[in-house]
Amino acid sequence: MSKKIFMRGNEALAEAAIIAGCRYFFGYPITPQNEVPAYFAMRLPQVEGTFLQAESEIAAINMVYGAAAAGARVMTSSSSPGISLKQEGISYLAGAELPAVIANIMRAGPGLGNIAGAQGDYFQATKGGGHGDYKMIVLAPNSIQEMADLTLLAFDLADEYRMVCMILGDGYLGQMSEPLVLPKPSQKHFDKSGWALTGAAGRETHIVRSLRLNPEDALEKLNLKLQEKYKIVEQKEIRYEEYKTEDAEYLLVGFGICSRLLKSAVNSLREKGVKAGLFRPVTLWPYPSRALRNCAERVKKVLVVEMNAGQMVEDVRLAVNGSVPVDFIGRMGGMFPDVDLIIERINSYAA
Amino acid sequence: MQLNTKDKLQEKLVFTRPQVLNARPHHYCAGCGHGIVHRLLAELIDEFNIQQNTILIAPVGCGVLAYFYINVDGCEAAHGRVPAVATGLKRVHPDNIVIAYQGDGDLLAIGTAETIHTANRGENITVIFINNALYGMTGGQMAPTSLVGQKTKTSPYGRSAEEAGYPIRACELLATLEAPVFIERTSVHSVKQIIKTKKALKKGLSNQIAKRGYSFIEVLSMCPTGWGMKPRAAVDWIEANMVPYYPLRNFRDR
Repeated sequence: MSKKIFMRGNEALAEAAIIAGCRYFFGYPITPQNEVPAYFAMRLPQVEGTFLQAESEIAAINMVYGAAAAGARVMTSSSSPGISLKQEGISYLAGAELPAVIANIMRAGPGLGNIAGAQGDYFQATKGGGHGDYKMIVLAPNSIQEMADLTLLAFDLADEYRMVCMILGDGYLGQMSEPLVLPKPSQKHFDKSGWALTGAAGRETHIVRSLRLNPEDALEKLNLKLQEKYKIVEQKEIRYEEYKTEDAEYLLVGFGICSRLLKSAVNSLREKGVKAGLFRPVTLWPYPSRALRNCAERVKKVLVVEMNAGQMVEDVRLAVNGSVPVDFIGRMGGMFPDVDLIIERINSYAA
Repeated sequence: MQLNTKDKLQEKLVFTRPQVLNARPHHYCAGCGHGIVHRLLAELIDEFNIQQNTILIAPVGCGVLAYFYINVDGCEAAHGRVPAVATGLKRVHPDNIVIAYQGDGDLLAIGTAETIHTANRGENITVIFINNALYGMTGGQMAPTSLVGQKTKTSPYGRSAEEAGYPIRACELLATLEAPVFIERTSVHSVKQIIKTKKALKKGLSNQIAKRGYSFIEVLSMCPTGWGMKPRAAVDWIEANMVPYYPLRNFRDR
């Protein structure tokens, strides 16, 4: 039995990355993710790794690009405005099919906003904040245990599909502490010798690029290859959690920290005899549309709750495709939705 | 003495294509300086015998296809981010030779922060800066290095110092930093300067091989197409206009 320890979310994430074999971190200070770079700055020298505080978010993501091209496990972390700055780099990583892990410990926007946790970057993360047709795998933890577990998973997914994998947390998950069991490394091995830049000793040269000018390797071919890969990820990597959905008449849907409130709302409603259940997507891309539809088709009404103006709710509506009414409650500016209000709303459906 | 047998002619070969310079047509315009610098770099990769160890980072700009011409591992970088990508690569592979090849818009406009901070960290890389006083690839717009009065697509009445400021001197700027070990400005507008450019590039690479730190070589380079003149006139334009503003000399050699 592994030992339970008490850790802050941002630090659990960083330690899990080190367990995953990440030895390179490039980042830039921004609240509320500052514990991530601070932890790497402390830990990486102990494991012969490299921590570098970049001159900007833009420089950091491009250092990640260089280290990923070199074949290393590498990550960066930031929070919403900083993630906005990284979008061009993310598109380049996607175009060059480089594996990298990025943590977005979301804060409230738009603009400078504030430093409280929020979920306003769902669209940016799942629909592609950068230019061109690309996707990244987006994992949404809802506990400190998952901050660690999903970070470990993120490195394997990134390497397996040569994609960017984002951990979409928020300021609350980053700052709060909970007991967790640190995960064990997966022991999966990924061979990067066919493309990584190491110097062309005893082989043809490798070129890491996304520029495609000639008709014979036209840009559309690269795009078709990427889309094929994304289809496989959609088939194989969907993750979600269902809670008391078997006999549910009302389905709550939420991701990340918000799903914790929804779970307590489900428990309170169940105590009063109201059959409520919770559906929580863990992968925000690929989105668990089919599982959600199966679940939603059995209920009278779906209520989506988010800490934004209504972003994931669009994917819920697409998933259920009109088969059941979908309602929405959202809070912005770093505010938590009120559990009593959620319970009241569900009760109003029954009345 | 008979010299017309094939064998004897081959014995007398004194000028060949460097091994790492790929035998394929390049896209550079007639009279462009990139080809000269590519060749010098290829000669040096051969001379140092570092083909199997080198990673060349190409910029967004006319040099973007450099990895098609020089037969080493190649990497593209977003506009201005060559030094950051070089940093990532070098930190993972400190024993590889990492060469950052950049133009003036890339290095001194959109990538100024990366340029200064990579130099300031003293990353053990070699930066080759092609200064042709405008944006070539996009059709000849004003660059941070365009001269006062120089007419470009985006300074059609000539660069105004009042509105656009003065051209930035990269070597002088970087020479204010402690970390760089080698900073030199050369040119490829004359045979004498081409020889000096090769010497500077050689120093920049030998510094990296010896793990001495950051080397920066600025090369004034012709852009006849962008400047709207014939190749010969472009050579003269460097001598008459660029050299007086951008002195050809060494700024640091530790």
